[in-house]
Amino acid sequence: MFGNLYSDNPLLTQFRRLEEELDEVFGRGTPWTGGIRSQPPGTFPAINVGSTEDDVTVYLFAPGIDAKKLDISIQQNLLTVSGEREVPRDDGATYYRQERFGGEFHRVISLPDDVDPERVQASYRDGVVQITVRRRESAKPRQIAIR
Amino acid sequence: MATEMTKKDAASDNGGQTLMNAAPTATIRPMVDIFETADGITLRADMPGVSKDGLNLRVDGPNLLVEGNIGIIPEQKMSALHADVRSTLYRRSFVLGSELEAEKIDANLKDGILTIRIPKRPELRPRKIEVRSS
Repeated sequence: MFGNLYSDNPLLTQFRRLEEELDEVFGRGTPWTGGIRSQPPGTFPAINVGSTEDDVTVYLFAPGIDAKKLDISIQQNLLTVSGEREVPRDDGATYYRQERFGGEFHRVISLPDDVDPERVQASYRDGVVQITVRRRESAKPRQIAIR
Repeated sequence: MATEMTKKDAASDNGGQTLMNAAPTATIRPMVDIFETADGITLRADMPGVSKDGLNLRVDGPNLLVEGNIGIIPEQKMSALHADVRSTLYRRSFVLGSELEAEKIDANLKDGILTIRIPKRPELRPRKIEVRSS
């Protein structure tokens, strides 16, 4: 009876497969999916990482945090972000839903090897922390002229 | 080994995937807290990346629709290395009770958190009922 609920639900199985496929598409060949430091989907804060020739930008979707208390550090290509989100509860109120994350968080993000840890900029706007790390000049693709 | 894995991160390998480029119909269901006090109901929704301009609140009969567009526009040339957030649109709807004054909704957006207060009709606020002993 219970076995049915967990193992033989074709819809759920398909859904999981879809999720895995999406992971493949979005995180192909990166240390993200299945990476030793990866965290399960839904971990606060959600993270997007985008890359251009010149830099790598990390977006942390962390609404309602005090950006000044955020602890951001980078060592080689490992970016560590930790902080706390306070979600005050109204004791006199009746709660119907409490889905929002409250408490301390800590995330480690593996960036590509060619980022320059000396050139990092961070900002906070509309609940999103944006951290931009420049890539090293030498790592940029170069045009090679044929003489 | 490890180097080979991260080398692939270089911008070119993602076949032109851009950040959060999922189909426009895919929406994100924002996380909410909902609580009730004597004079009304408060709804708080996490909508990081949404500015006041990107917010759309609509009351249609008993339904309250909350929508918000993530306004971060990444550079055109940016490709995604990783994306937890795979859409740019938050959407969630709620059914309000008739005891709530939908026309007096108050909304506030700060640092990606939307707070909506929906007052109860004064005549419908709870009254303490005295039990008389005979």
